[in-house]
Amino acid sequence: MNEITRADVCAAAVADAFKDDGEIFGSPMGIMPMLGVRLCKLTSNPDLVLSDGEAMFLGGVPPLFAKGDVLEGWIPFRRVFDIIVYGKRHVMMGATQVDRHGNQNISAIGDFAKPTRQLLGSRGAPSNTVNNRTSYWVPRHSPRVFVEQVDVVSGVGPKRAREAGAEKYNDIHRIVTNLAVLDVKGADDTVRLVSVHPGVTVEEVQGATGFELALPEGGVPTTREPSEAELVIIREVLDPKGLRFKEVPA
Amino acid sequence: MNPRSKLMSIDDVVGRLESGMTIGIGGWGPRRKPMALVRAILRSDLTDLTIVSWGGADVGLLADAGKIRKLVYAFVSLDSIPLEPLFVRARQEGTIPEIAEWDEGMFFTGLKAAAERMPFLPMRGGLGSDVMVNNPDLKTVQSPYDDGETFVAVPALRLDAALVHMNRADAHGNATYLGPDPYFDDLFCMAADQAFVSCEQVVDTAGLTVDTPVQRVLLNRMMVSGVVETPNGAHFTTCTPDYERDEAFQRHYAAATADPEQWAAFKERFLSGDEEAYQAAVADFAKEATR
Repeated sequence: MNEITRADVCAAAVADAFKDDGEIFGSPMGIMPMLGVRLCKLTSNPDLVLSDGEAMFLGGVPPLFAKGDVLEGWIPFRRVFDIIVYGKRHVMMGATQVDRHGNQNISAIGDFAKPTRQLLGSRGAPSNTVNNRTSYWVPRHSPRVFVEQVDVVSGVGPKRAREAGAEKYNDIHRIVTNLAVLDVKGADDTVRLVSVHPGVTVEEVQGATGFELALPEGGVPTTREPSEAELVIIREVLDPKGLRFKEVPA
Repeated sequence: MNPRSKLMSIDDVVGRLESGMTIGIGGWGPRRKPMALVRAILRSDLTDLTIVSWGGADVGLLADAGKIRKLVYAFVSLDSIPLEPLFVRARQEGTIPEIAEWDEGMFFTGLKAAAERMPFLPMRGGLGSDVMVNNPDLKTVQSPYDDGETFVAVPALRLDAALVHMNRADAHGNATYLGPDPYFDDLFCMAADQAFVSCEQVVDTAGLTVDTPVQRVLLNRMMVSGVVETPNGAHFTTCTPDYERDEAFQRHYAAATADPEQWAAFKERFLSGDEEAYQAAVADFAKEATR
C-alpha cells in the first residue's frame, strides 16, 4: 500500500465524526464530507442514511458522483427542511470563517450592508445549527478562516445559541480541517483542538489559527491513520479518480 | 363544460405585472427557473420590484438590469459555479437598495405562512444568527405553553405574483413536474395573488398523466392565473428530464460578466431580442460549440 496521504487521514476523520450518529441522515456538503460519510457507512456506522445530494436516499454506497442503482427513499429539498426540524440529521457544511466561539460565516466578508466579498448567503446554516448536529469541513486551515470574530454569523455556535435561548438542539460536533480535528468544547464554549493530523504539530495548527485554541487536558493526541481496509475503500471503491486531492493535495 | 382556458403569451404575463410589485420566482438556485419570464421582465419597463427567490441567474440578471428594489433570498448560486457573478457584483457595489438575507428554512416557513394566510409562523431557525441582526424587522414570539420557549416569528412572504416553470401544463393551469424535485412551486403559487406558469409543453388534461403518476400534478388550476408555453424556457437552468443545465452556456455567461465589453456583447447577442430570438441565439451558440 502506498504512503497514507493527508487526504486519506481527513476522510477517516470525517467518517469518525459520524460514527456514533446511529440511524440519522448524514448530510455532507463538498467532496471530502461526501467521501467521509460514505466511508463511515461502509465501516463504522452502516445505519447512516445517505442521499445523492439531489433528491434521493441511496440504498447502496456508490462511488463519488456515480449514480446509485438502489434507492431507499425520496428527499426533495422540502423534506430536507422537514428532517432538519425533526432533528435526525448531521450536516457537515463548509465555512469561509469560523471564530473562537464556533460561529460560522458563509454569507459575506466585511460590512454586511456593502460587503467586500459577497459569498453564497446564509443558506441553511442558521436553521441547521439550532436544530440538528452540525460539523464543518475546512480544507485550508488558515488565520483567514479561523478568526477572532466572524463578519456575519450564519452558523450559530453554542454560546450565541444559549444567549438567544436556542441551545436546546444546538450541537456543533466537529470541525475537521487539513491540519487537525477540533470541537467547541473549550472553556466558555470556545474552539478546542481534539487531535492533530500525523506530521502536524500543535504549534503549526495554532500558527494557522487567528485566536488562541483551547487544548485538551493531558496533551493533544494524533488523529488516527485510516486502516488498510479503509484505504482500499477510499482509493479503490469510493474515490478511484482522486477527487479528494482537489481539496487536500497529496 | 370545460373549465376556462388560461393560455396566454409571455407578453400577456408581463402585462399583468406592475412596477413596485413583490414577485416570487420558483425553482431552486440554477434549477427549473422560469427564465423565459425573467428574460421578459428584463426587456420590460418594470422597475422597483421586490424579488423573492432561492436565487440563481434569475436574481443576477434582474439585479444587473436594475430591476430590484428589494431582494429576499437565502442564497444565490449557480451550483457548478458557486457564486452568481452578477449578484456578487450588485452586492459589493451596493446597487440593490434593500437586502433581506434569510435562512433557507425561514424562507420556506415564510412561504408556508403566506400560503396559509397566516401573518407569521414560529420556528427555531434564525435564532442567534445575524439574520436577526441584519433584518431588524424580524421579531420573536414566546410559546404560550409551559415551555415558554422563544421562536422566530417568521413573517408571511406574501407575493403579488408568482412565476414558476413546469414540464407540462394543461390550458386550465394544472401542471406536472417530471424531474426529481418539486421544489416549492406550489407554495409560491399559493402565496401569491396571481400565479403564472410557464411550461415546456401544453397538453390536454388527460395528457398530464398519460406517462407519469398523478402525484406529479403539483399545481392545481385553482392556484394558477395564467399558462404560457415556453419550450426550453428554463434555459440555462435545469428542466429535468426535458434537459439538464446548459453548463457550457452557463460558463460562457459567467465568463462574460467579468469584462464590461464581453458582457455588453453577451447582452447584445442573447438578451436584446424577444424569447424567440434568445432561443435562436442559444441554438447558434450550441452549434458553434460543437464545430
